[in-house]
Amino acid sequence: MKWRILVALTATVVLAGAALGYVWFTRPAPATASTLSLAGPGLLVRSDGVLAVIGPDGTKRASNLRCARVYAAHGTGVCLREDVGAYQVTVLDADLKAKRSIPLNGLPNRARVSASGRMVSWTTFVTGDSYNGGQFATRSGILDARDGTLAGNLENFTVQEGRPNQDANFWGITFAADDNRFYATMSTGGHRYLMEGDFAARAMRQVKDNVECPSLSPDGTRIAYKKMLPDRTWRLTVLDLATLAETPLAETRSVDDQAAWLDGATIGYGVDKGVWAVPADGTGTPRLLAADAESPAAL
Amino acid sequence: MYLSTVRPGASDKGAPARRFVAGNVLALGLVSLVTDVSAEMVTAVLPAYLVLGLHLSIAQYGVVDGLYTGATALTRLAGGYVADRFRLRKLVAGLGYGLSAAAKLGLLAAGAVPGAIGAVIAVDRTGKGLRTAPRDALITLSSPADGLGRAFGVHRTLDSMGAFAGPLCAMAVLALAGSGQSYDAVFVASFCAAVLGVLLLVLFVRDRRDELPPVRASLPRAFGLLRDGRFRGLCVAAVLLGATTVGDGFVYLILQRRDDLPVWTFPLLAVGANLAYLLLATPLGWLADRIGRWPVVLGGYTALLAVYLLLASGHGPLPVILGLYGLFYAATDGVLMALAGPLLPAELRTSGFALVQSGQALAYLVSSVLFGLAWQAWGVPVACLVAAGAVAVALPVSGILLKGRTS
Repeated sequence: MKWRILVALTATVVLAGAALGYVWFTRPAPATASTLSLAGPGLLVRSDGVLAVIGPDGTKRASNLRCARVYAAHGTGVCLREDVGAYQVTVLDADLKAKRSIPLNGLPNRARVSASGRMVSWTTFVTGDSYNGGQFATRSGILDARDGTLAGNLENFTVQEGRPNQDANFWGITFAADDNRFYATMSTGGHRYLMEGDFAARAMRQVKDNVECPSLSPDGTRIAYKKMLPDRTWRLTVLDLATLAETPLAETRSVDDQAAWLDGATIGYGVDKGVWAVPADGTGTPRLLAADAESPAAL
Repeated sequence: MYLSTVRPGASDKGAPARRFVAGNVLALGLVSLVTDVSAEMVTAVLPAYLVLGLHLSIAQYGVVDGLYTGATALTRLAGGYVADRFRLRKLVAGLGYGLSAAAKLGLLAAGAVPGAIGAVIAVDRTGKGLRTAPRDALITLSSPADGLGRAFGVHRTLDSMGAFAGPLCAMAVLALAGSGQSYDAVFVASFCAAVLGVLLLVLFVRDRRDELPPVRASLPRAFGLLRDGRFRGLCVAAVLLGATTVGDGFVYLILQRRDDLPVWTFPLLAVGANLAYLLLATPLGWLADRIGRWPVVLGGYTALLAVYLLLASGHGPLPVILGLYGLFYAATDGVLMALAGPLLPAELRTSGFALVQSGQALAYLVSSVLFGLAWQAWGVPVACLVAAGAVAVALPVSGILLKGRTS
């Protein structure tokens, strides 16, 4: 009997040691010292597959973070990161240290942070990677990075004056200044609606038809979005929320991106493998901000 | 503290009736404790991982949750048959524990690919399916008939101590690993605990190969158990009641959403329910031996009815709901097996348990899928009301089936 107890005790110690050892030695290494900062000023982009910051002087500094999509505001960053065979949403602090990671099912597509840095959102494609035709589905989630509240799937929100949620897909979230209201696209029955959501109430209501990938202006009065034209290309357009008046922007190429407000009067977006900017009032011409870059966010 | 009371062969040679429970029951309980630490580490994080992390829809989760439990119905029967036929209950149980241990490593390899995770969970549940019936058979064969409720009560208490500690261990690992999403660390720690469980089984559990009559178990004889009206009634009642049970994950997800709990606290819900289970399993097993086993089982399902009604209403303090949920498990899980034990001949006991448990597992498969769909289509309140209605119908019917037909 004694030898049995001895074996059991020894095994307990060895196995506990093995478990603790694994847990301890696989702790994520602290992010390598980086001179990059999300504190700004500058332009955050994805370039050559990694998160990079373009300074006011035009120099581009790359990090070692591989991201499919990036965004940042007020010292909080988000990186839709590719691990082996899987994606994660990683929330970053101003020094690019990972604060939290959430596994993602699907291909990363959109990412946003509210102006205060508190709310983080993302969208993934669940099946297929083309939504210009055929079947596709998206998942959009929101994380309150301050208290950890997670809404992993907008499909669980109630939709007023809308159809039941079953065939609905949501994407392209953008946050209002109160960190509770947000806008997003809902696709259902062949239409893509602009939805206004309430995070605390887990509810959304329809605002307007044919609005995709909204981006709310810093003053909260206008929405920049991609409007689908009859030939199924997209035209960057700004919607005045008070009057619902639409202003097509000077960019005439088809832009498949969630635009970002670089300031109250300028829209940034990725097209043709570069980050471009165009005035928000429909005047002017597009200008190239950064070649070989995408996924812009003003820091 | 338990090691000193566990002597191999104690139940063979000593007088089990003089002890509160036999040494073999304690040994099996210890194995279950360690194994449940391992299992619950994983299951405590899994619903949150699948629904909140991998963004499976509720209906998909229902399919995953139900399918992988229901699909083990056949392996339960196979395990029960082999265990009886060759009287290798310890070996079959050991294989089951071993498979589940291997599955923990499989979770590491599966990464975040839902299909692979599903396959690994299937292996894990297959292991559970294989081991449960032989283990319960060993418990009954090591205990006197009038102490079965007590024996199962003690075993389930030890078992739920593991279930109680498991989620806490998972949270400790997550905290130590420095990230709320270090699932690989949880899986490795869970694997180590599972290996220890297998080892304890090998070292301390005694099979009962010597005292059985030399009658060969066979599949026709196993299914022939159903010709006995009393056992058939019990099986029908178990299936009926199983069909009204929607699965822990759902209950915890509803509570997590209702109270908008931070994700990291999710495993604590299982801890709360398991604490009630742990505290109540032995007293309720003892009570079942005294006042009759079927009233205790029906009382348990009445508690489940209350849980569903509270979930439907969206009200009720969280500790009360978790307490009632633990009460439900404490009053039904082991007691139902104690009800079945005396109806089954010793040489076919594993097969008989496997039949009951398979029926329950299949019923659970159906109820989980349906509940997932109902949730998605009608929302939580209506889905919970439907589940409560199902319990309300099943209760009196099961009462008639169980009462009078069992001792």
